[in-house]
Amino acid sequence: MERNITLIALFAALIAALGLVPKFDFAFGVPITAQSMGVMLAGTVLGARRGALAVLLFLGLVALGLPLLSGGRGGLGVFAGPTVGFLVGFPVAAFVTGWFAQAWAGKGGFVLPALAAILGGVIVLYVFGIVGFALVTGKSIAASTAIMAVFIPGDAIKAVLAGLITQGLRKARPGLAAA
Amino acid sequence: MISLTSDIRTPWHRLPAGPKLLVLCLWTLALTWVGTVPAALVACGVVAALYLPGGVAFLRQGVRLLKPLWVFAVLVGGWHVVTGEVAQGAVILLRLAAAIAAANLVTLTTRLDTMLAVVERALAAFRVPETFRKRLALAVALMIRFTPVLAQKGGQLITAWRARSPRRAGWRLMVPFALTALDDAERVADAIRARGGA
Repeated sequence: MERNITLIALFAALIAALGLVPKFDFAFGVPITAQSMGVMLAGTVLGARRGALAVLLFLGLVALGLPLLSGGRGGLGVFAGPTVGFLVGFPVAAFVTGWFAQAWAGKGGFVLPALAAILGGVIVLYVFGIVGFALVTGKSIAASTAIMAVFIPGDAIKAVLAGLITQGLRKARPGLAAA
Repeated sequence: MISLTSDIRTPWHRLPAGPKLLVLCLWTLALTWVGTVPAALVACGVVAALYLPGGVAFLRQGVRLLKPLWVFAVLVGGWHVVTGEVAQGAVILLRLAAAIAAANLVTLTTRLDTMLAVVERALAAFRVPETFRKRLALAVALMIRFTPVLAQKGGQLITAWRARSPRRAGWRLMVPFALTALDDAERVADAIRARGGA
């Protein structure tokens, strides 16, 4: 039980730290923020339940006023803004990613964790993000999808990287998946 | 870790958090009925007026919190100009600004410990078991304590990379970074168990 609490709390702190350390540049020198990758990793590394709880803890503290979202954003205002769908979708994305990662536990090198990250961290997340955007701005789903589609390739790359990172972590700490 | 609460004292700082949050919910709901440009302008005016008791510096803090939205504003505004629906675009943007600025006002005028107290009271009111509440409090405290620690270690990893490579620090650093968090979690769990458990 203690180990679950500390894993959840420390991973939430990791996601927050990814927002505070802006200089992680990723593919091709484009400074993509690493925080959404942290959400995917929460699922692949901690599993569905603990991963979702870690992301919920992170969001809770953002809501309470800590500037932990990348770019130093935070507070209740971000939940009133156009990206609220993505924020709500983060814990669900972590859960779905973790669910698939646990179902395919330990197999498939980096490909299966990457696939889990795409299913949860891209497909499910963008469904939430697009619906949220449509609701907040009053635009149609089609228009919202067109606007948000720009960011999908970057997040797909992040999902593949999450698979590679998960593979590395599993090799470094074989006892990781034990709940 | 520095929260977003403003140092500049306003009358709103003295109000309890619960009523402020309730008013914010009602305000956000009410904004969904705003459909014309004049109404949206009035809503923005109301929120701007609420910032005034804090003075110009406070108003500037509020504006700074709205800055991350300019990209979105340009995107949506441009879209509406292109499709010829300028008024609708203006209503959307102004309504959003009124909602976000109101939420930011609550964040700027409410301290973190006050917000945590509201959460605690809400959980007690919903009869959430005390063991769960204690574990949640522990998790919150651990996250707040370790976020700056991990951010610093991340910075050290980047510096160590830069000392050894001309290439930019990339995704490979995530493995040792995540390992730091996971190993710290194991050690803290041991420390908690040694002190009687959670």
